[in-house]
Amino acid sequence: MAHADTHSDHHDHKPSGIGRWLFATNHKDIGTMYLLFALVMFFLGGAMALGIRLELFKPGMQFFDPGFYNSLVTSHALVMIFGAVMPAFVGLANWMIPLQIGAPDMALPRMNNYSFWILPFAFTLLLSSFFTAGGGPAGGWTLYPPLSLQAGDSFPLTIFAIHMMGASSIMGAINVIVTILNMRAPGMSLLKLPLFCWTWLITAYLLIAVMPVLAGAVTMLLTDHYFGTSFFNPAGGGDPVMFQHIFWFFGHPEVYILILPAFGIVSEIIPTFSRKPLFGYDAMVYATASIAFLSFIVWAHHMFTVGMPLSGQMFFMMSTMLIAVPTGVKVFNWTTTMWKGSLSFEPPMLFALAFLFLFTIGGFSGLMLAIAPADFQYQDTYFVVAHFHYVLVPGAVFAIMAGVYYWLPKWTGHMYSMSLAKWHFWLSTVSVNVLFFPQHFLGLAGMPRRIPDYSTQFTDWNMVSSVGGFVFGFSQILFAVVVWQCARGGAKATDRVWDADPTGLEWTLPSPAPYHSFETAPEIH
Amino acid sequence: MLNRKVFSALGGLLAAVPALAYDSSYNMPTGVTAIAREVHGLHMQIFWICVVIAVAVFGVMIYSIVAFRKSSGAVADRTLLHSTKVEVIWTVIPVAILIFMAVPAAKTLVKMEDTRNAELSVKVTGYQWKWQYEYLGKGVSFYSSLATESNYARQLNSGVDVTTVKDYLLDVDNEFVVPVDTKIRLLLTGNDVIHAWWVPDFAVKKDAIPGFINEAWFKADRLGRYTGQCAELCGRDHGFMPIVVKVVSKEDFAKWLAAQQDAAKAATTTAPATPVAAAL
Repeated sequence: MAHADTHSDHHDHKPSGIGRWLFATNHKDIGTMYLLFALVMFFLGGAMALGIRLELFKPGMQFFDPGFYNSLVTSHALVMIFGAVMPAFVGLANWMIPLQIGAPDMALPRMNNYSFWILPFAFTLLLSSFFTAGGGPAGGWTLYPPLSLQAGDSFPLTIFAIHMMGASSIMGAINVIVTILNMRAPGMSLLKLPLFCWTWLITAYLLIAVMPVLAGAVTMLLTDHYFGTSFFNPAGGGDPVMFQHIFWFFGHPEVYILILPAFGIVSEIIPTFSRKPLFGYDAMVYATASIAFLSFIVWAHHMFTVGMPLSGQMFFMMSTMLIAVPTGVKVFNWTTTMWKGSLSFEPPMLFALAFLFLFTIGGFSGLMLAIAPADFQYQDTYFVVAHFHYVLVPGAVFAIMAGVYYWLPKWTGHMYSMSLAKWHFWLSTVSVNVLFFPQHFLGLAGMPRRIPDYSTQFTDWNMVSSVGGFVFGFSQILFAVVVWQCARGGAKATDRVWDADPTGLEWTLPSPAPYHSFETAPEIH
Repeated sequence: MLNRKVFSALGGLLAAVPALAYDSSYNMPTGVTAIAREVHGLHMQIFWICVVIAVAVFGVMIYSIVAFRKSSGAVADRTLLHSTKVEVIWTVIPVAILIFMAVPAAKTLVKMEDTRNAELSVKVTGYQWKWQYEYLGKGVSFYSSLATESNYARQLNSGVDVTTVKDYLLDVDNEFVVPVDTKIRLLLTGNDVIHAWWVPDFAVKKDAIPGFINEAWFKADRLGRYTGQCAELCGRDHGFMPIVVKVVSKEDFAKWLAAQQDAAKAATTTAPATPVAAAL
């Protein structure tokens, strides 16, 4: 397209120095900060996970006090969910949504700045709790009372950190919705929207719906702890199970907040490297919307063992099983997109394919977990740990890496080292299975989750899992190296970057994309 | 030493493939109650359904990856955009499979929730970090904590090789003794925070929640010693409050109960420091 050439140099004026980042309003700068923040948090949360795997390498307590171990488990979850995966998705949204819909920037740039800069403070607060009396938060990321109320001085820090993360997420979500609904190029009807934008639009609505619910729940914890209320205290007429209902009414849509944008990324990459349009675009959009709707009516499957009435258990079992239908539709559509395609296996495609296989394995264990009578045996064991790590690590995290490898040349203007990226891929994919697959066995054989030590019959699989964990963890350094090298230089990337000739407006811009993206709206035919 | 263990573990990983359904270090135990066997059956049924779907779906994916490679000259068919027929098929078939799964699952669930006609009721209370068992109407009550030997060995830098400890972390001072072939109803509650009472061989896992009384039941049909653990994070020593249930014959149980009752009486009558408790 010719319009890309109309960007003259004076439009590309960038603010300089630290002010460019502190007062950033440019979607690319903010996107970059989100992604770097997520990467730092990924390594921090990963270090915590390696601490966990180190202690679990063999039975007996070798390194940590059990209380500190619980803090590691709790913080690992909070850091990975709110610090790594969610900010990475927001970073990708910031970078890619204006490029994909033909807009100059996000709709609300100052709020964009604010929603990012809250995060470093939120996580400083959360992590500083490790240095308070009583250590870091140790009641699990689910914060179930009464246990969470036994925390020491980490408690208010954790609650305020969660409030801030929630505020950041809500602002990010508002920005995504306003941008997508108002700033699309002329002619881009909603059913021409790229799937990454579609899944993010739906995710943003989920965020706005459930983040205030979480904020309410943790505020009630706070008043129970400090102001004598008894929302969750049975001695005062409260109900500890009510917290779980409120928490999971947030928590289950949150699960889809962590995976829907991943669906979007994969839906961009598989068609590109199959050299074929996505199969069943409309069905993909409707399936995403169905999953989002169902996510609001399945929450109590996280709590089958709390002693719900039989009818409640039946309802949540059936509604949960139903989610398999739209999720299946998505997997079948991706598979059919590859059918009769012309496939090549660049790093983004490799990660997208690993996502496809391994997310599906997580889907199968999810289906098993839906069966309430069997869930009594799976609940709170390593089987569940294996399940949600399959959908979050080779699911969400691999999709994020696929997205970064897909769009990185567009961002930096350089190609990266394909061979190093392939090394990263193979090491990650093999080790992630060595890490998490044996945890299915551990759970089925009876090992509960969130324990710092175990009886000796679980030794072998824990050792295997820990070996996988360390290989996986250190392999991620390669990812940082690839990104760093690509930012510093490399072969010049063409506008379309991939010889698979990807479709989408982002590929009509030069690489690197100009600072203000589309200053004149492109026309969609 | 360490290398040898890692290799034996890796060997175990390979050996796991054929042994998947039969060896309890890879799979759910079959259990010793009718319900546990039903649950195991449901688990294996859904597992095999997943395996069949996986073979079909992964088969198509792998075939596509092999057959439609650009490097081997595959040309994309860009007209393949959507097909109402296949989309209806791959929506309807999963729904049918789910209904097929839901019916037996619902039946088992109804049975698991039916706590009527219990022959013995025991109140189980979770504490940080031990269990209390009260045989209702029998005058027997005791606490059950991690056995001393395990408790010593599990301390940080205890210097004990835990592989030499008998039933490491799955041993208690006072076992929960129950008669065989008897429907036993558990009334579960928590004293401080939420715990969960779980014995895999009975397929019973139920939360013990402060302010609530939850119900569960089991009817073991085989003598033996069955272990479990607290399954809800309950604080620092969550990993160290095991459950040991000893299923004995009805005669042995009667003898055990009588001995406990005598001991309880002796304790109350020979304890002058607590006369009020004795009067109660």
